[in-house]
Amino acid sequence: MTQAVAAHHTSTGLDNKKLAFWLFIGSECLLFGSLIATYLVYEGRSISGPTTHEILNIPVTSISTFDLLMSSLAMVLALAAVTRGDKLWSRVWLATTAGLGVVFLGFQAYEFVTFVHEGLTLQVNLFGSTFFTLTGFHGGHVLVGVIWLLTLFVRSLQGKLGPDKALNVEIAGLYWHFVDVVWIVIFTVVYLIQTSA
Amino acid sequence: MATSAAGHEPAVASAKRSGVWSWITTTDHKRIGILYGVTAFTFFLMGGVEALIIRAQLARPNGTLVDAETYNQLFTMHGTTMVFLAIMPLSAAFFNYMIPLQIGARDVAFPRLNAFSYWVFLFGGLFLSASFLFGAAPNGGWFGYANLTSKAYSPGLNIDFWVLGLQVLGIASIAAGINFIVTIVNLRAPGMTLMRMPVFTWMSLVTQFIVVTAFPVITVALIFLLFDRFFGTNFYNVAAGGDLLLWQHLFWLFGHPEVYILILPTMGIVSEVLPTFSRKPLFGYAVVVYSGVLIGVMGWGVWSHHMFATGLGPVADSVFSATTMLIAIPTGVKIFNWIATMWGGRIELKTPMLFAIGFIAMFILGGLSGVMHSSPPSDLQQTDTYFVVAHIHYVLVGGAIMGILSGIYYWWPKMFGKVLHEGMGKAHWLFMVVGINLSFFPMHLIGLLGMPRRIYTYDTQLGLDTMNLVSTVGAFILGGSFLIFLYNVWWTRKNGLRAGNDPWGGATLEWAVSSPPPEYNFSVIPQVNSRLPLWTANGLNEIPEVPPEPIHVPGGTYWPILTAAGILALAVGAIMHSLWIVLGGVGFTVFSIYRWAFEPFEV
Repeated sequence: MTQAVAAHHTSTGLDNKKLAFWLFIGSECLLFGSLIATYLVYEGRSISGPTTHEILNIPVTSISTFDLLMSSLAMVLALAAVTRGDKLWSRVWLATTAGLGVVFLGFQAYEFVTFVHEGLTLQVNLFGSTFFTLTGFHGGHVLVGVIWLLTLFVRSLQGKLGPDKALNVEIAGLYWHFVDVVWIVIFTVVYLIQTSA
Repeated sequence: MATSAAGHEPAVASAKRSGVWSWITTTDHKRIGILYGVTAFTFFLMGGVEALIIRAQLARPNGTLVDAETYNQLFTMHGTTMVFLAIMPLSAAFFNYMIPLQIGARDVAFPRLNAFSYWVFLFGGLFLSASFLFGAAPNGGWFGYANLTSKAYSPGLNIDFWVLGLQVLGIASIAAGINFIVTIVNLRAPGMTLMRMPVFTWMSLVTQFIVVTAFPVITVALIFLLFDRFFGTNFYNVAAGGDLLLWQHLFWLFGHPEVYILILPTMGIVSEVLPTFSRKPLFGYAVVVYSGVLIGVMGWGVWSHHMFATGLGPVADSVFSATTMLIAIPTGVKIFNWIATMWGGRIELKTPMLFAIGFIAMFILGGLSGVMHSSPPSDLQQTDTYFVVAHIHYVLVGGAIMGILSGIYYWWPKMFGKVLHEGMGKAHWLFMVVGINLSFFPMHLIGLLGMPRRIYTYDTQLGLDTMNLVSTVGAFILGGSFLIFLYNVWWTRKNGLRAGNDPWGGATLEWAVSSPPPEYNFSVIPQVNSRLPLWTANGLNEIPEVPPEPIHVPGGTYWPILTAAGILALAVGAIMHSLWIVLGGVGFTVFSIYRWAFEPFEV
C-alpha cells in the first residue's frame, strides 16, 4: 500500500486502514462472543464422556497464557522500535512476538493431543465439541497473527519496514492484542470458572 | 510496494477503459455497482421463476406440477435467493454507485476490497445456484432449522451447498460493510458533516453497522452446522444433550437484524425520492435519521418473536413482545415523516415517486401484520401459516423491492445517461401494485383459515381453492410486470431521452455531475455548504465540466477476483470432501492476498 498517512486526508483524521481494522475487530467480537456464549450455554450439559475438571490442566495452560501475555509486551516493544527506526530491535521484538506465538501454539497442540488421548474428542460430547471449536478458532487466529508477524519480520530484514511503515505494524499489533484479550476471556471462562465441577 | 506519492505522475484516465478484461479488473465503484445490479437482478429473476413455479403448483388443489422434494428445494432457494442474492446485493448496487457520489468522494475507501466483495458475492451465488445442476438444491427452508438440516435427516449435498454458499456470501457482506463504513465516515467532502449527509447514505451507514455485527453470528451458527455435518460434532445433536433452540437463537439473532439490512436502504431511497418529487425538503430530517439509527439498535432486541411457538416462557414472551411493539414506533415515525414531506408539496407523479408512494402503502400493510405478530397469543395462531408468508411478502416485495425499483427509476438516468420511459414505468408500477395485492392479500386469509406454509399441495376440502387461484393469478401479473420493465430497459437503451446532470431536479451531490459521471466523479473536490446543496444558493462550489488539473484514477487489478476464486475453490473442495482441493484453495487464497498486499496500487 501507499504511504496513506501523508498522502490522504480523511474527514475524521483517522487513518482508513486503522478505522477499517477497528471495525473488523468489532465484527470479530461478535464471532468470539457467539462461540463463547455457546460454550457457556452447553457447559455441564454433556451426557457422557470427560468433563472440564477431569480434563483441563490449569497450571500448564497458565504458563501458555503467561507466554501469550508476554508476546503482547514484545509487540508493544516491536512497534516502539519500528516507530523510532531502530532496525535491530524491530527485528528482535518482531521475532520474539512471533516466537512466543509459536510457543503458545505448541502448548495448544500438546494440550489437544493430550486431551484426545484422555478421551476428549470433537465428537465425544458437547464439552468436546464446544471446547475444541472455541479454542481451535482462537488458535487459528494466533496462527494468522504469527504468519502476519513473520511477514513483517521478513519485510524488516529486507529493509522495507522503516518508520513510515509503523502504521502497518500498529495494525498488526491491534490484531495481536485483540487475539490476546480474547484468550484472557477464554482462559477465565473455560479454565478458571468451571461451573460444572 | 507502493510508488511513492511524490514520484508518482498523476494522470486523468485518458482513453476510456473498455472490454471484458476492464470489467474483471475494475476497481471503479460505479462499475462495481453496475456489476452488483446486473448480477443481483439476474438472481432476482431466478428467484422469481422459482416463485412462479411454486404458485403454479398451488394454483389448483392436489397439484402435480412438481413433487414434494422439488417443492422443498424451490421454496428454500426462492427465500435464500431473494434475501441473500437479490435484495441485499441490489441495495449493494446503490451503495456502490451512490454513496461516493452522495458524499463527494472519488471512490470508496478500499477500491480493491470492493471488487473482492463483488466477486465473492458472485461466486457464492453461483455456488449456491449450481446445486440445481446436481439436483441437490438446498431444501431445509431459508432459515434451515436444526435438526432437519443434520446429516441424519438431510444426508444429501443439499444442505452442504446451503451452508457453504451462505458462508462464502457472508465474507462478501462483511468486507463490503467495513469498506462502506470507512468510506462514509472518512471520505466525506469538506463541509459534508454527518447531519448534512443524504438520508440514503445515513441509512446505508446504519445498515453496514448491522451487517458487520450480525453476520459473524450467522457465521458461527453455520460453522456449528458445518462441523456437525462434516466432523460429527454435537452442536445440534439432541441425543448428546444439544439444544435445537441454539440454532434458532443464533439464526434469528442474525435474522432479525437482517430484516433491517433489507429494509433500511430502501427507507433511505424513498427518503431521497419523496422530497425530490414533492419539491420540498424531507420533513424532520433529523428525526428520520435518528429513528433509522434507533431501528438499527433496537433490531437487536426483538429476535425471539420468531420463536414464540417454541415455548420460551411468559417472561421472554412478554419482553420480546414489548420490544417488538416498541420497534414499530421509529418505523411509524418515518412513515409520518414521509407523508408530511408530501403534504403541501408540489407533487410530480413520476415513476420513481409512484414506486415510493407504493412502498409507503404496501409497507404500512406489511407493518400492520407485523405488529400483529408481536402479540404471542395472536402469533401462535399465525406461526407457520400463510399469514406469515403474506406479511414477509408485503414487507419485502411491497416494501423492499418497491423501494429498490423507486431507486432504479430514480437513479437510472444518473447511471446510464438516459431516462427510462415514463409510460412503461407507470404500467410496470400499476401491474406490480395489482399483482402484489392480488397475490399476497389472499394469503392473509388463507393463513388464518389454517393453510400451513411450505406444504406442496392442499386438499379441495379446505375450501381454499379460489383464493389460491387468485393468489397465483396475482403472482403471474406481478412476474409479468417485470417483462414491461425489461422491455423498457431495452427500449430506453436506444430511444431513451438523454438525461442532463439533474433530470429530476434533485438536491443532493450526485446530481451535480454529468450522467453518467466521469470516472473520477468530481473534477474538483466539492465544498458542501448545505444539506441540500443544489437547492440552496451557494450550497456548493462550481464543479467544472473539465478538470482544472490532472486527477489520479486507480488502475485495474486482478488479485481481488483471484483471491475470491481461491475462496470458491475452498468451498468446492469442501463439498467434494477433497482435502487437497481445500488446501489448494487456501494456498491460492493466501498467495493472492500476498500479491494483492504488495502490488503497487495507489488509491
